[in-house]
Amino acid sequence: MATEILMPALSPTMEEGTLAKWLVKEGDSVTSGQIIAEIETDKATMEFEAVDEGTVGKILVTEGTAGVKVNTPIAVLVEDGEEVSDGQNRTEKSEDVGGEKPGVKEADKSLPKDLPAAAAPQAAPPAAPTMAREPDWPEGTEMKTQTVREALRDAMAEEMRRDETVYLMGEEVGEYQGAYKISQGLLDEFGAKRVVDTPITEHGFAGIAVGSAFAGLRPLVEFMTFNFAMQAIDHIINSAAKTLYMSGGQMGCPIVFRGPNGAAARVGAQHSQDYAAWYAQIPGLKVVMPYSAADAKGLLKTAIRDNNPVIFLENEILYGRSFEVPVMDDFTVPFGKAKIWREGTDVTIVSFGIGMTYALEAAEKLAQDGISAEVIDLRTIRPMDTDAIIQSVKKTNRCVTVEEGWPQGSVGNYISSVLMQQAFDYLDAPVINLTGKDVPMPYAANLEKLALITTAEVIEAVKQVTYR
Amino acid sequence: MAAKRTPEIANISKDELLKFYRDMLLIRRFEEKAGQLYGMGLIGGFCHLYIGQEAVVVGLEAAAEEGDKRITSYRDHGHMLACGMDAGGVMAELTGRIGGYSKGKGGSMHMFSREKHFYGGHGIVGAQVPLGAGLAFADKYLGNDRVTFTYFGDGAANQGQVYETYNMAQLWNLPVVFVIENNQYAMGTSVARSTKSPSLWERGAAYGIKGEAVDGMDVLAVKAAGEKAVAACRAGDGPYILEMNTYRYRGHSMSDPAKYRTREEVQKMRDEKDPIERVRDLLLTGGHATDDDLKAIDKDIKAIVNESAEFAKESPEPDLSELWTDIYA
Repeated sequence: MATEILMPALSPTMEEGTLAKWLVKEGDSVTSGQIIAEIETDKATMEFEAVDEGTVGKILVTEGTAGVKVNTPIAVLVEDGEEVSDGQNRTEKSEDVGGEKPGVKEADKSLPKDLPAAAAPQAAPPAAPTMAREPDWPEGTEMKTQTVREALRDAMAEEMRRDETVYLMGEEVGEYQGAYKISQGLLDEFGAKRVVDTPITEHGFAGIAVGSAFAGLRPLVEFMTFNFAMQAIDHIINSAAKTLYMSGGQMGCPIVFRGPNGAAARVGAQHSQDYAAWYAQIPGLKVVMPYSAADAKGLLKTAIRDNNPVIFLENEILYGRSFEVPVMDDFTVPFGKAKIWREGTDVTIVSFGIGMTYALEAAEKLAQDGISAEVIDLRTIRPMDTDAIIQSVKKTNRCVTVEEGWPQGSVGNYISSVLMQQAFDYLDAPVINLTGKDVPMPYAANLEKLALITTAEVIEAVKQVTYR
Repeated sequence: MAAKRTPEIANISKDELLKFYRDMLLIRRFEEKAGQLYGMGLIGGFCHLYIGQEAVVVGLEAAAEEGDKRITSYRDHGHMLACGMDAGGVMAELTGRIGGYSKGKGGSMHMFSREKHFYGGHGIVGAQVPLGAGLAFADKYLGNDRVTFTYFGDGAANQGQVYETYNMAQLWNLPVVFVIENNQYAMGTSVARSTKSPSLWERGAAYGIKGEAVDGMDVLAVKAAGEKAVAACRAGDGPYILEMNTYRYRGHSMSDPAKYRTREEVQKMRDEKDPIERVRDLLLTGGHATDDDLKAIDKDIKAIVNESAEFAKESPEPDLSELWTDIYA
């Protein structure tokens, strides 16, 4: 019986890829485990092995084809002697697997990669309804489209060129080019002295990096994910954040701890956690969580120049998304300044990082229902631009906060308290803090979806505070 | 403990012996005074005294050069005095006054001096070990020909991060001397009760790190071992482990009644191994100093310590506005 070979997902967040090369041709017999093709994603090229044995009956996707969705049939494997009929080129099965995402069409090449299924259809960022109080870059600046991944790499490279004491340390940052390919090319440019591969030893290398910052270097520490930074959290908090104070101002710690934070997709409880609220509590730390590529770049450059320890929370799902980034010699974004992505009058939606995806999608849909939402991206959680929130709420009188972390002790809880103390008389409804559900992240796809925040929940919360 | 007397005092000048005596005595008298002030309620919280271990820091400082760095745990007063930090500034930190090294905001366990290359003063057992390797990492990165002394105790020697650090320090040939101050007790737990492999320095062998055990009650032996370790590090052959077998006479902290060992055990150590008495003997029997010479030193030291205590009492508490300073650079 013929078996379809499907486009594989080579990472938890991969949605599509390029079929770079076929290593077999029609008529070849293959054995299980044999490498039959090379698949390229925006992160890496990977070899693809046959699972079953048989003869390659038909190649359905020619090599060099880009944007091949995961689970699309790419070839048909037949048992020896079996013929391939035209009907088997696309069996009815492909409808269930390949085309299960309504709204995502083959032709839609402009869609950003690496999107979670729920967010994919509406994911393109809104066409810059930007109304930051002061623009982040001068009007008329040339723009280019870049992924968050590229923006982060450029920020590191630019700062490493600018300052010899900046170095990158972490697992797989050098020869592997970054577990998520953020440090791609840096080893080649800066060498092994400044792009330091470490053993898998977060507690130890975080401590070494902090010590080196005491002695005059400016380390950039990459955690493969922030989940692993829990092994190192003593050094982040006790050694990095507190030393300036404990030394009466004598000895600071200029260091950036960066890496992906929050849920990726289907990686289970120990690999899916948002640490924004954890680190936001610590005096001595600055906490940054960018959403767009421009902010990722501008804020990372600011973080590297800052003389304090900075927690820089990235997001794996956002890495592959594209945004407009200003083409400037030295583009930085200051800490403590929120960005108003969308002006509105009926409700203020405050979010940051991946939460902005849902906030912006919700605002778009709410607009269709005649509800005008103002969407604020905090960008830095600490210091927090509470002024921007208060000013907005004085106008809209309602507020919904959106974050991926857990409900108790959330960033939204703090915002609620600030609003009660400083804008109580302006509130026409209780503030709603939308968060991830109060459970460890489940693996099952349906449960994971339920645990995460959704655009629908944001819309529902806005309707609640606006009494619609 | 494998303490043995150093048979000869080769290459040690009279002046150096006198300096050892003086420096060790300063630490002892300072710590005794700190104990008194603690009893009077002038020092609060945790206060870990270094009495008995003086030969370790004094001997290693004799092997250090200008610019070499040091970092240690919370039992840090001796290290600060040995590297030349001001006794008044240390004592005033203990009393939580503005004249202290951290303006009163750090306390006994958290003091620093950029000028003297002293990087703390760390309160989490073992945390100073990777931090110390990081200081050495910076020196290597910047091309400085400097060495970092990273001190930790027999208790910290069981922390995982020590071994993570050993691995990387050797992998990257960092110029760091790991100094295990084995004072036989991790708080109240003796080495025999916490490990089946009592030779702590030998654990470095698993990472290919050279090292040795040293009679940490003998300042001359400490200095000699320190010179060897420093030379290895400066030659690019670091890291190096020195296990200093030593003994703390006082409890783990001021609040420790030390019921886990006998009074006789402590007394025996004081009678037979005291590092200061040992140098005193050498000075007197070798004809390098008279009783009167040593009495004069004793008097000097007493004056310095009393002065530091006076300063620590008179220095005002930090201004209330200091609560909100030094959080961000």
